[in-house]
Amino acid sequence: MVLHANDKSNVKAVFAKIGGHAEEYGAETLERMFAAYPQTKTYFPHFDLAKGSAQVKGHGKKVAAALVEAANHIDDIAGALSKLSDLHAQKLRVDPVNFKLLGQCFLVVVASHNPSLLTPEVHASLDKFLCAVGTVLTAKYR
Amino acid sequence: SLPRLLIVYPWTQRFFDNFGNLSSPTAIIGNPKVRAHGKKVLTSFGDAIKNLDSIKGTYSKLSELHCEKLHVDPENFRLLGDILVIVLASHFGRDFTPACQFAWQKLVGVVAHALARKYH
Repeated sequence: MVLHANDKSNVKAVFAKIGGHAEEYGAETLERMFAAYPQTKTYFPHFDLAKGSAQVKGHGKKVAAALVEAANHIDDIAGALSKLSDLHAQKLRVDPVNFKLLGQCFLVVVASHNPSLLTPEVHASLDKFLCAVGTVLTAKYR
Repeated sequence: SLPRLLIVYPWTQRFFDNFGNLSSPTAIIGNPKVRAHGKKVLTSFGDAIKNLDSIKGTYSKLSELHCEKLHVDPENFRLLGDILVIVLASHFGRDFTPACQFAWQKLVGVVAHALARKYH
């Protein structure tokens, strides 16, 4: 999966539009993921997952920041997320299938807040970007 | 949902060689065969919703068709289901709550499973 020039500019445009809402989107993405895919909760036994949870908000902020970082360094996502990649491989070991689930929920959040932003072409680019991020985060698993 | 599937996951176009011009997103969105087929697919979803207690039954013949005649990899049903959820989110915005998404992700999963059930 290669990010072409148009994909990169589509992704940057999305994140520019999302702007300061990124943290909020991160939290909602997690909330949706835990609701739509309950098996993902197994990675957070130490969290309060009730609606409005401060821990979920805090973690959503982290996830969003990572996506923003990847978008800002879209020519070298592997470099930008190298430490996170190590963390996921050595400590977190989240099964690779779950990155697709997170990606789906992020797309749902973007779509529900910005219907006109997520044209089919932009959707394609964002989906590719999210796949690329997932690939980087699981790259060092074995 | 169907034009979006063909644009976001272009390899899904392999099943629609006889649909004419699929050369660009604009072509795909404007293609009358794509629109007609999209309508068929969504109508079939509507049938599932009217018969939520017997989805397997509703899709039994369609499953055989997709396996024996159309030769569609069931993974494509999952891809279409995810796209449909995103389209619903963009139409209903905040009303498409996490609980709503949960129900719909389950429904599209059940439909995909039902369509794959008669594969052999």
